Amino acid sequence: MLTLLGVAVVIVGFALRLNALLVVVTAAVVTGLCAGLSLVEVLSAFGKAFNENRFVSAAWLVLPAIGVLERAGLQERARHLIGQLRVLTTGRLLVIYMLFRQLTAATGLVSIAGHAQTIKPLIAPMAEAAAEREHPGLPDDDRERIKAMAAATDNIALFFGEDVFLAIGSILLMVGTLHSNGIEVAPFDLSLWAIPTAIAAFVVHGGRLVLFDRSLGHKADEAEDRS
Amino acid sequence: MITYSYIYVLIGLLFLVFAWLSSRDEANPRRFTTALFWLLFAMSFLAGDWLGDLGNGVLVLCMALVAGLGGLGTGKVASTSTEERRASSLKWGGQLFAVALIIPVVTLAGTFLLPTIHIGDVPLAEAKKATLISLAVGAVIAAAVAVFLLKQPVSSPFQEGRRLVDAIGWAALLPQMLASLGAVFALAGVGKVVGDLAAQYVPSDNLFLAVTVYCFGMALFTTVMGNAFAAFPVLTAGVGFPFLMQHFGGEPAAVAALGMLAGFCGTLVTPLAANFNIVPAALLELRDRNLVIRMQIPTAIILLLVNTVLMYTLAFD
Repeated sequence: MLTLLGVAVVIVGFALRLNALLVVVTAAVVTGLCAGLSLVEVLSAFGKAFNENRFVSAAWLVLPAIGVLERAGLQERARHLIGQLRVLTTGRLLVIYMLFRQLTAATGLVSIAGHAQTIKPLIAPMAEAAAEREHPGLPDDDRERIKAMAAATDNIALFFGEDVFLAIGSILLMVGTLHSNGIEVAPFDLSLWAIPTAIAAFVVHGGRLVLFDRSLGHKADEAEDRS
Repeated sequence: MITYSYIYVLIGLLFLVFAWLSSRDEANPRRFTTALFWLLFAMSFLAGDWLGDLGNGVLVLCMALVAGLGGLGTGKVASTSTEERRASSLKWGGQLFAVALIIPVVTLAGTFLLPTIHIGDVPLAEAKKATLISLAVGAVIAAAVAVFLLKQPVSSPFQEGRRLVDAIGWAALLPQMLASLGAVFALAGVGKVVGDLAAQYVPSDNLFLAVTVYCFGMALFTTVMGNAFAAFPVLTAGVGFPFLMQHFGGEPAAVAALGMLAGFCGTLVTPLAANFNIVPAALLELRDRNLVIRMQIPTAIILLLVNTVLMYTLAFD
């Protein structure tokens, strides 16, 4: 049970909003010491894993390209485009993006979109501009919620789309885990069973997105009515 | 063959430039500690394979201390104003989208092409690693094309990149840190303790409750570990396999697939899944770093219930 102390450190640390890097290091040290490792052993294990997981940070290579494009007016262009497509409200735009992201992820095209590749430079500014067009003087709170909803939509579409693809990491992990318990399953069967939830995710989150439009711009519209 | 080590050199050099630019930015009140942080990150990519396990551990500890003690400041980049950007967007029009699409298009093309191109008997890149390598190549090409086609200063990819990485700050390190924490948890056997604990509470006479323990356990354990991949083997060995598959005779593929998806509901609500939940909040410069999670919570709860019901109705005859 003492082994779980590190988990408690993580929960308390994040709940108190302490610096996440320090929380993580502390949790690693506590867990390791409780499991009978020495401080040097814990640091070595942590360092080894850190080095092996460097590929996780490879996504930062897109920052220069995104930055230059922003400098040259990409977000403004995205706003301009959405200004012409009047049928696209914030919610409808995100529903279409969700469908695109789920379908591409389901065919294995996981990295063609994402927070750095599509949300930050394209989808978030378009979603914001669509709301601005409907509600001039959109309050900052709504802008933040729209951007966060764009990022959330990417995550949900990815998570509940990618498992429909045969060769994704989670499918391989399931095949491996069941194999070590003496059960053989085909990747195809697992991906088939991901389809009902994929459809449910689209219906549930898509429905929320349609309703999301109605929650926007209340303060802005009130201000306009008064003037 | 192109391997990740080429990509690491590229990232290392990029963060070396970020460190250099940060150290010279007098508008940043903590420019030297900020530069130190990115310098250490660059060292990890350039020299990580030579530092040894303990060396890497000490390096991470130093980075955590610099960031944890408030050493990261935000610099000032002479970017364009909103007015200038509007004028520029009118001038370049659709070309802006064309350059932005280089990254996904190159990633897509490279993912399929790189493993098929052989030099002698060796493929240009392993199929497993082709996507990330292609993403890196696409990012470099897009930055170069943006500079030349859209007539931006040659320094702008580095300066604008620094602007974005300053906005992200220490969160840039978090995904890698959490992956490492997972490794320490695994070493200490945290998973087994949780699996045994969950197994104690599985009722062997009530199928619906057993399904609920497995699905909610997956979501809860994923929330705590930040990763459904860590939770799945543990709970499947402790609950899914002995109870749902053997005792109740559930269809293994259905139990496993829906259990994993229940875990993904947990991923949506935890700050520990930093690259999905915290990094985008930083990237989009949201004031509330937990806002992405808050937007995801309703969907996550509904889908967890849906998954539980789906497993109960579909996985058992």
